Amino acid sequence: MRYMPQTEADIAAMLAVTGKHHLDDLIAHVPANLRKTAAINLDPGRTEEALTVEISSLAACNAGASSYTSFLGAGYYRHFIPAAVRAVTARAEFATSYTPYQAEASQGTTQAIFEFQTLIAQLTGLEVANAGMYDGASAAAEAVLMARRLLPKRSVVALSRAVWPDYRATIRTYLSALDGIEIVEVPFDDKTGATDIGALSKIAGDRLLCTVAGYPNAFGVIEPLGTISDITRRAGAITISVTAEGLALGLLRAPGELGVDIAVGEGQSFGLPLQFGGPGLGFMAGRMAHIRQMPGRLIGQTRDRDGRRAFTLTLATREQHIRRERATSNICTNHSLCALAATVYLSLMGRHGLRELAERNVELAHQAAATLESAGIHRRFSGPFFNEFVVNVQNGTAAIDAAERRQILAGVALNHDYPELKDAIAVAVTEMNHPEEFPRLAAALAEAAR
Amino acid sequence: MTAASKSPIIEIKQAPAESSRQSAQSVPLIFEHSSTGRHGVDIAVHTGSGARGADILGAELCRADLPEFPELSEPDVLRHFLRLSQLNFGQALQFYPLGSCTMKYNPVVNDEMAALPGFARLHPATPAHLAQGALELIARMEAALAEITGMDSVSLHPAAGAQGELTGLLMIRAYHRKAGAARHKVIIPDTAHGTNPASCTHAGFEVVVAKSNRRGFLDANEIRHLVDEDVAAMMVTNPNTMGVFEPEIQEIAAILHERGALLYIDGANMNALLGVAKPGHMGADIVQLNLHKTFSTPHGGGGPGAGPVAVKKPLEPFLPMPRLMRTEAGYAFDEDRPDSIGRLRSFHGNFGMVVRGYAYILALGGDGLAMASRLAILGANYIRKRLEGHFPSATSEPSMHECVLSHDLEKLAHISTLEIAKRLLDFGIHPPTIYFPLVVPGALMIEPTETESRETLDRFIETMDRIYSEALSDPERIRNAPQSTPVSRVDEVEAARRPILRWTRSKI
Repeated sequence: MRYMPQTEADIAAMLAVTGKHHLDDLIAHVPANLRKTAAINLDPGRTEEALTVEISSLAACNAGASSYTSFLGAGYYRHFIPAAVRAVTARAEFATSYTPYQAEASQGTTQAIFEFQTLIAQLTGLEVANAGMYDGASAAAEAVLMARRLLPKRSVVALSRAVWPDYRATIRTYLSALDGIEIVEVPFDDKTGATDIGALSKIAGDRLLCTVAGYPNAFGVIEPLGTISDITRRAGAITISVTAEGLALGLLRAPGELGVDIAVGEGQSFGLPLQFGGPGLGFMAGRMAHIRQMPGRLIGQTRDRDGRRAFTLTLATREQHIRRERATSNICTNHSLCALAATVYLSLMGRHGLRELAERNVELAHQAAATLESAGIHRRFSGPFFNEFVVNVQNGTAAIDAAERRQILAGVALNHDYPELKDAIAVAVTEMNHPEEFPRLAAALAEAAR
Repeated sequence: MTAASKSPIIEIKQAPAESSRQSAQSVPLIFEHSSTGRHGVDIAVHTGSGARGADILGAELCRADLPEFPELSEPDVLRHFLRLSQLNFGQALQFYPLGSCTMKYNPVVNDEMAALPGFARLHPATPAHLAQGALELIARMEAALAEITGMDSVSLHPAAGAQGELTGLLMIRAYHRKAGAARHKVIIPDTAHGTNPASCTHAGFEVVVAKSNRRGFLDANEIRHLVDEDVAAMMVTNPNTMGVFEPEIQEIAAILHERGALLYIDGANMNALLGVAKPGHMGADIVQLNLHKTFSTPHGGGGPGAGPVAVKKPLEPFLPMPRLMRTEAGYAFDEDRPDSIGRLRSFHGNFGMVVRGYAYILALGGDGLAMASRLAILGANYIRKRLEGHFPSATSEPSMHECVLSHDLEKLAHISTLEIAKRLLDFGIHPPTIYFPLVVPGALMIEPTETESRETLDRFIETMDRIYSEALSDPERIRNAPQSTPVSRVDEVEAARRPILRWTRSKI
């Protein structure tokens, strides 16, 4: 087999050293009943050519990837990926290395991750970011757990209903094993689509542990994060912002600037392919004062013996391999290579490019909303939006089907996760959409609505 | 203005230094070679109504600037990261016998398969009927992993091994609750990876530690004493982190089941078991796998991987959402699963890693997988035997795919395992896992994998022997290692004492 270098002569020589005659002599101590039934009933191995043909034929059965004009978002966004990103992440020195436990042999990974931490801290306007989350949803759950460690006596999690359904479900799963935690869902304002501030104020008492709000939220609406964090802070609790469209942070005011204590989100927009939803990139930033309760990997700057600047994993006493059952998190392997992709992407975009791209997304999304509006398809919510917005279309799911017949994926129907939004469709517009597509989308949806 | 009318003044503060080997290897931070006005992408100009995004949203919603973000051209960015890459060891370039991490060859065709546009550009919210190829691949991968492990159902949802552990433990909790029992303890051997106890805590369980015996494995009698009505499950890594197959695993399973507890097998060391013994046949109720170990997906400097969970039928209702199902119209996701523990992440799992793992399974086939485990076991035993003079095995039991060795250099020459590890770097070899399992003082845990040639193993063995002799003849040399890496010994204590976790513009 092409991945295994041992020749028959090698095997014979190595067996001789171990004092065995056959390979199976090496496993003779494994109980016989287990060995007898261990054969793996799968096809024989394929040549590289054959496996390429077979897997390519599966890839070709995903028409949704290529032949449709797409307005799908709902937590994962279509963005252009500069070739330089893959040119770096494909480097075997990065791709085939392990977690950088041996700092002297890992300065590439550790320095890049240090740069990643810096970029995320800058984007979120917070003091420190980690480098060890899986995706946005699990990062949000880890943020709530972190808040709980910071305020162990408090029990109420105010979870905005306008946070993505997947994220809310993940938070519920992660908290399901903790006793004494109560998740209170904060409704959204039916008009603006933002978290209902009045409702949050009522929840914000001395039992409030944290508030979790989207930024932008699941309806694309830019939440009044400053007001939310004010209310939360006055109750002595922790504000957690959740951003699925990381690009928005290139233009919107930084969560840290608005009083947020822990900013988490999904970095898929930063140079990662859609890949049917994974691997993405969770990020988390917070305050230096909370660092001991932060989960996940951290890289710190230090010196080598000769006084040169060097980087290494640090504050590992928070982590599972040292602290075991008292660790802040069980996280080990995370999404490091995705963090590298984001680092390259953000470095390429740079100080002005990221903002310009974010602005371009806003412009296109608003142009699309205006085109739909003039075709009689109205926005469901009035709150300000970034690059995704919700429209009301009569017979929403039928309209999506009708658009699909015109080779358009019009958006994500919200009725499944929000029964109260029966005919609502979330439409995402990015730089990958061309303005010429907007009238086609409007026509398709308008026709179905008639 | 012409060049003649005003020639640029270039101030040279310092003549460029001749690059020594070390300084040539150090790379400034990306922020430090930023230059105002440069950019690495060109953003298309606005063609719409004319209003700028910041004006549309209004100043109140927008940030002023990202003043400390880097400003570099595309070639600058590329050179920066390619130079950084050269400071790393990687499995593709160096022997990387990191125990329990299974640093086997990561076939490059797998990356190519995951990057096929039909997969890479597939949005996770794509209607199922337009993503049937991806769903079929998921279904085939689930079936293949069920066959390999001898289990009934598989979920590819978890993002990594530790998330797979959490998934399994939450399922165990849900299973007992459904039966009306609030069992709150989980037994874990003293040789377990740190993720096991950490996952238990996060799943709301109290950890009970089981001691392995002097021969390095679990004693069924010891377990019998530990199991009571409060024990929900036992987590066992098999082979364990001593590299030893747990000979009494079937008795242990029977004891647990007799008392209503479940057996969770951590498949971190599955690379020893392919076609050798199926966890399902050992009595496992839940097994978690690491696609980034046994199934060859790249480790990426710490992920992404994938941590599928495989279960027996009684646990199937509790698997995380979403579950793939086959309908008359093709594959779709089943949303109606009242007993499911729910989601642990967004969407359908780390699909990109699933494609890679599936490509690997196709490449090897059933027989190839069985051969992979046998050759991995051969390599570990070969190293163990040839090093036994200076680095004796920590157990007298036969080794599976990895061996745990100890040494007397601490006593003879005050040379620690860490120093041995650092010296290996000078020979272009990544060190084994060290000081683990915790039950072996100064342990060296070596997992060569099946994709390394005999010549590579021989070179490693000769290097280890040479370091042993050197420790006795020239211990200073070892204490000063590594000398050939881009930086010398890194001060980890200092890093933790005064944490510097980000770059900031220094005030001049």
